[in-house]
Amino acid sequence: MNEGRNWYKKGIRNGIPIGLGYFAVSFTLGISAKKAGLSAVQASVMSLAMLASAGQFAGISMIAAGAGPLELIVTTIVVNMRYLLMSSALSQKVRQDKPFYHRFLMAYEVTDEIFGVSVAVPGRLHPAYMYGAATAAVPGWVLGTFLGAVIGMVLPVRVMSALNVALYGMFMAVVIPPSRKSRIIAGVVALSMAASAAFSLIPGLKEISSGFRMMILTIVLAGAAAVLFPVKEEKEEESHVR
Amino acid sequence: MSGKIWISLLIMFLTIYSVRALPLTLLKKEIKSPFIRSFLYYVPYVSLSVMTFPAILSATSDVRSGLAGFVAAVIFSWIDGNLFKVSIGACLAVYVAELFL
Repeated sequence: MNEGRNWYKKGIRNGIPIGLGYFAVSFTLGISAKKAGLSAVQASVMSLAMLASAGQFAGISMIAAGAGPLELIVTTIVVNMRYLLMSSALSQKVRQDKPFYHRFLMAYEVTDEIFGVSVAVPGRLHPAYMYGAATAAVPGWVLGTFLGAVIGMVLPVRVMSALNVALYGMFMAVVIPPSRKSRIIAGVVALSMAASAAFSLIPGLKEISSGFRMMILTIVLAGAAAVLFPVKEEKEEESHVR
Repeated sequence: MSGKIWISLLIMFLTIYSVRALPLTLLKKEIKSPFIRSFLYYVPYVSLSVMTFPAILSATSDVRSGLAGFVAAVIFSWIDGNLFKVSIGACLAVYVAELFL
């Protein structure tokens, strides 16, 4: 019991920067939801239910365009397909001794950021850690959306600008420390960034949406790394983040 | 209009939740294949790196402050991988950089 509580607290601690970043990012979401004809309540419920930035922007523009159910389903799947990969990775990371229903609860909070902190946990993942991270992160997302829809931009540009990098900072805190210990991981990280930069510059490739780019590059590069540098069991248990 | 929006939201919620829940609930057992295990091991490193760069450069109001945030995040994570500190450090670096821009 105590163990769960400790993991929950740890999750909250690491969820705080996610919440701050979410708060900043979700303002624009609220603003564009309002423009598309959603009420502030609808925009907030959408944020609470979907927890997805690109996915929600796509959703908002589809609602504005009066899209039908099939179109909504197909676009939502395509824009959010990367969560299939993240959810697969988590399925192998989560502790096997916990009741099965936890997997249904964990699925709700598979976002880029909560996934990022959850895979970085040393050893197996206790579901309570994800719940903690979500407890700290989700209010930021919903509140930012609500305020964005009701009053528009309230924070000074400079503060917004600074908060916008909070989430990226966290991603670096997940991938850089293991890169220090392993040259293979360092190479994978550097190559991933270089490939991503190339995709954002090269005509033809840069038209691909960022969510899809991530999917393609992850399948290709993680696949190549798995062939070239198969991982031995004990390495998977290495700790990453304090 | 409002009723149609609620229905649209419900459809999207059910779809996105299914995308997230299917692998977690279907892949109950430990995967034995060394290839798939290795693949899933590398997934976070590739996906988080791809998401960060070069997106971080356009996340702030100026490319230079975005770059400052990126460099600060890398340096802070190299020295001390604490998520909270790295994240706040990157924000501060951007804030300070923009005071000079």
